[in-house]
Parts: sequence; C-alpha cells; structure tokens
Amino acid sequence: MKGNIIKYAQDNVDTDVIIPGQYLKVHDYAELATHAMEGLDPDFHSKVKEGDFILSGKNFGCGSSREHAPIALSYSGIKAVLALSFARIFYRNAVDGAFLLPIEIEQDAYDAISEGDEIDIDIATNEIKNLTKNQTYKMKPFSEIIGKIISAGGLFKYKPDQD
Amino acid sequence: MNIVEKILARASNKSKVSPDDVVFANVDKVMVHDVSGPGVIKVFDKLKKQGISVDKLWDSSKVWVAEDHFVPSAEKVSAENIVKLSNFTKQYGIEKHFKYGMGQYGICHTISHEEAMVMPGDVYVGGDSHTNTTGALGAFSCGLGHTDVAYVLLNGKIWFKVPETYYFRLNGKLPDHVMAKDFILKIIGDIGTDGGAYRTMQFGGSGIDEMSVQSRLTLCNMTTEAGAKNGIVEPDQKVIDYLTRRGATNLSLVKGDADAEYEKMFEYEGSEMEPVVAKPFSPENISIVRESPSVELDKCYIGSCTGAKYEDLEAAARILKGRKVKIRTEILPAAISIYRRAMENGLLKIFLDAGVTVGPPTCGACCGAHMGVLAKDEICISTTNRNFPGRMGHVESQTYLSSPLVAAASAVTGKITDPRDLK
Repeated sequence: MKGNIIKYAQDNVDTDVIIPGQYLKVHDYAELATHAMEGLDPDFHSKVKEGDFILSGKNFGCGSSREHAPIALSYSGIKAVLALSFARIFYRNAVDGAFLLPIEIEQDAYDAISEGDEIDIDIATNEIKNLTKNQTYKMKPFSEIIGKIISAGGLFKYKPDQD
Repeated sequence: MNIVEKILARASNKSKVSPDDVVFANVDKVMVHDVSGPGVIKVFDKLKKQGISVDKLWDSSKVWVAEDHFVPSAEKVSAENIVKLSNFTKQYGIEKHFKYGMGQYGICHTISHEEAMVMPGDVYVGGDSHTNTTGALGAFSCGLGHTDVAYVLLNGKIWFKVPETYYFRLNGKLPDHVMAKDFILKIIGDIGTDGGAYRTMQFGGSGIDEMSVQSRLTLCNMTTEAGAKNGIVEPDQKVIDYLTRRGATNLSLVKGDADAEYEKMFEYEGSEMEPVVAKPFSPENISIVRESPSVELDKCYIGSCTGAKYEDLEAAARILKGRKVKIRTEILPAAISIYRRAMENGLLKIFLDAGVTVGPPTCGACCGAHMGVLAKDEICISTTNRNFPGRMGHVESQTYLSSPLVAAASAVTGKITDPRDLK
C-alpha cells in the first residue's frame, strides 16, 4: 500500500485536535472529514490527498473514545497512521471499524521519514519502504487478533468461532 | 488471578486467564449516550446495507441510555440527535433511558453509580472513554467506540486482551485539603498520559480503604487520562452500602487472590500529598499549587463526571460559604439526584450567594460543547479531566485542571490558590 506522508513531529496527538468536541454531534462522515485535524493543523483539509499516510510520535489518538477521530481521518483519505505508539481506543476503533491501518513504527522510521516522502507499507512482511529516500524500516507486527480482524475487513466480518 | 483477571475469566467461561490472552467476554451492561448512540445508529445503517440484521438487540434489558453531552439541546443538530436516541430506545424496547426534562438524568458516568447501573464483578462497557469510572465499584468498566458498542448490542460480547495491572497503593489517609483528584493528577504526572496504556490501574491500601466511594470514582475516572484500559478498586462494605442505598440487591464481591500478580507496584504516602493543578496542555503537566506560577484566571468551571459529584459540590461549598467569587464561576451538578441533594442541603444557596451560576447536568463545556466554552486567550480552572488544546473551547484558550477545593478557592481569589491559603 503506497502513500505520501503528512508528518506531525510530536507525541500525544489527541482526539480533541483530531476532531474537536464541538463536532461530536455530527455523524455525517464527509462533513466530519472537513474538520479533521482542525485543532492542530487548520490546513490539513486542503492539503490531504486520497491515500495519504500520517506519521506521528507516541500515544497517537489519546483522549476520548470518539470514533469520529478515525472516521474523520479515513474520510479525508488517510489510509494509515504510522506512529511510535497508539492510545488504545483510537487503535481498536481504527481496526474494528476498518477505517485505517494503525502502524506501529520504531524510532528509526520516525526519525528518517519526512513530510511528503512516498512510503510503501507491506503488512505481510512487516516492512515499510521509503521510496523517496530508498530506505527500508521494520514495523511492529500486528498481534494475532488485530491481524485477523484487519484481514477480515473489520470486527463485524471477523468470525471468531471459525478460529 | 487478580480481580480483573477473575472478572474476565468468569465472563469468558474460562477457569483462568493471564495478561495478553485474548478473550471474547460476555458483557453484563452496556451504555450509549447522545454522541455514541447516534454513532451506533450510523453503524447499524451501514450494517443493514451489508445485509447484517439489526432487527433485535441481544438483550435490551442490559442496555441503558444517557443524555449528557449536548443537553439541554444546544442547537438543532443536537436536538435531532436526542430525537434519534428516543426513537432508538423505543424501537428496541430499551426502558432505561434517562431523559433530560423527565426526572433523573445526568452525565452517563454519574448515572451509572447514582442509579446503581453497574455492579461489582460486572463487565460493563460504554460508548465513552470515561466508562472507567465505575471500576470504583469493583467492575471491569471499559470505554469503547461506536463499532465495538454496536457489536456488543447485537452479540452481547466483545474481545479484550487481558491487561497487565499496575497497582497503586496509598498508605494512610489523604489530608483534608487534598482530594482524590489531586492524587490521580499526581499519579498521571508521575507516569504520563500513556503511562498506564493498555493496562489496568488498580488502587488499594489503607488510604483507599478509608476513601469514600465517590473519591474512588474520581480516581478510576481519570485512569483514562493515563491511557489505561480500566481502573479498579476491590469492592468492600462501602460499595455494598453505596449501591444498596441506591436500590441494588444481591451483591456479590469479587476480589483478587492472595497470590495475585501485578506487573508493577507504586507506593504513595497519603500524608505527603499536596493540592496540585495540571497546567495547559496536558493532564500530566502537574504542578503543586503552592509552587505554581501566579496566573490571573478568567473562569472557574465545576462540572463533569470527574468533578461534580455530590462530594465535589460539598467541597466547593465548604470554600464558597460566606465568600464571593472574583471570576465567572459555573457549577453544574452531574445528575439531577445530586442537584436535588444540593438544594435540600443548602448548597445551592451557598453557590448563589457567592455569585455562582448554577447550571443543569451536562457534559457542557468540559468537552467544548456548550454552556460556557472558552474564548481565545481565556484561562479557566476546572474540575474536569482534560486540558488538551481546544478541549474547552478556543484552541488558544487554557485550562488548569484541579480538585473542587482548589477550583473554588481559586474562584474566590481569581488566581490559582491552595485552599489552606484562603483568608
């Protein structure tokens, strides 16, 4: 899966900046997308392109349980978030709702990848290729359950009884 | 096994579970509110289009509904969400729907204990991150998103990775001027906003034994701000009394085994605790009040599931009695039952005499929704739980988080104030 990076070089990108509380009453996914990242980057909506990835630091998506957060990013075109770590509800919302891939990366990838770099993520080999810089990094593999839910296409398509 | 392992083992029909095991746990209770409810309805619409039946819930008697974030309806979109929620409960035969303007209602996490919706030993999930609150009653209480809650509503179960547990022991009582809010802020300051990530944060020790159930609720509530999956206190007679007074019967108490394992132990001495604030823009940005910079405040907000339980209002009233506020101050009791007790016991008069605006139960400005949100550059001291940029309004407003005692004392002076330093 290929995409270009939008980088937020900071830890703790929280759900209040991903989608501010005043929009929690909104349940139109396309409308939510127009307010994505508004609390941190008012230009996000104008610069994001279909298929882009976000790169950020530790504890991405901390704060509230609002599923609006992965929804707003997903409907903006974001296919994956690469981060040093994720807050738990954001992580499971992203996976169970099949909105985007939460990719846990190591420090080397975080440091090396720049805004605009073209990245190719291969979740079969757990490799991240930086096509712009001609580098390869390892991603942390998904746990077994997460891998299965992602392969199924979300929690509702996953059949635990067939394990 | 520790208490959380025991609850998850029982709920997944296993004799033993260990950290990192993945279980599908049967759920005892589930909650949605005026934000997550319409979110779930949207998921149901999507499922219908995929040919998945949403005609019937797994068990409507185990579902309850709160109205809290945008009530009384802030404008027409939130008014429509309330209509959607009412249609939803009618369609699925959900009887426990706490509606504003019809007697008891309030913030979901407050209703969950005020109305004894959650019992010790329960697996309780809710469409809100602060669902952790009722871990104080000895339940495994955990917040989920809309898709997961929709899954629970239709299937009665959900997957969990059994968490590792951090154990926080409080030795001895907190001093009178220190509240549970100070203690949990101190912990978050020590371990950081991802310090408890994916884990259980369990509280125990003589200081917790001595603590009221309402104070324990404050502790578990803000385990969310440390990234925890849940917070928990082993239930005792105080929990039985608390829930029995609110109509619960047949309570059974689950406790951890004597040889229960914890990933890490943390020790705190009650007598060493101080009033603290979390400075902008993170709950981990802790400063002892007496060592904090002198900041001129614009507002004081005493509200939310974290800081507007009866005990919190009582603490504010102790400070405000016979004094006047120097800055705009709002107090929003977290449920009608608390509002009523505050009226019956004279707290509302104390607040009004002090110049405070008393509002209805609502999440209100805590999440920047309505009822006193902050303007650019405004600085607020608040008994709520988060102070991320824009949390309570404008992205360039600032929120200091504190206990109700510190908030009320600061309202009187207009500056961040230790309650001991009030004249």
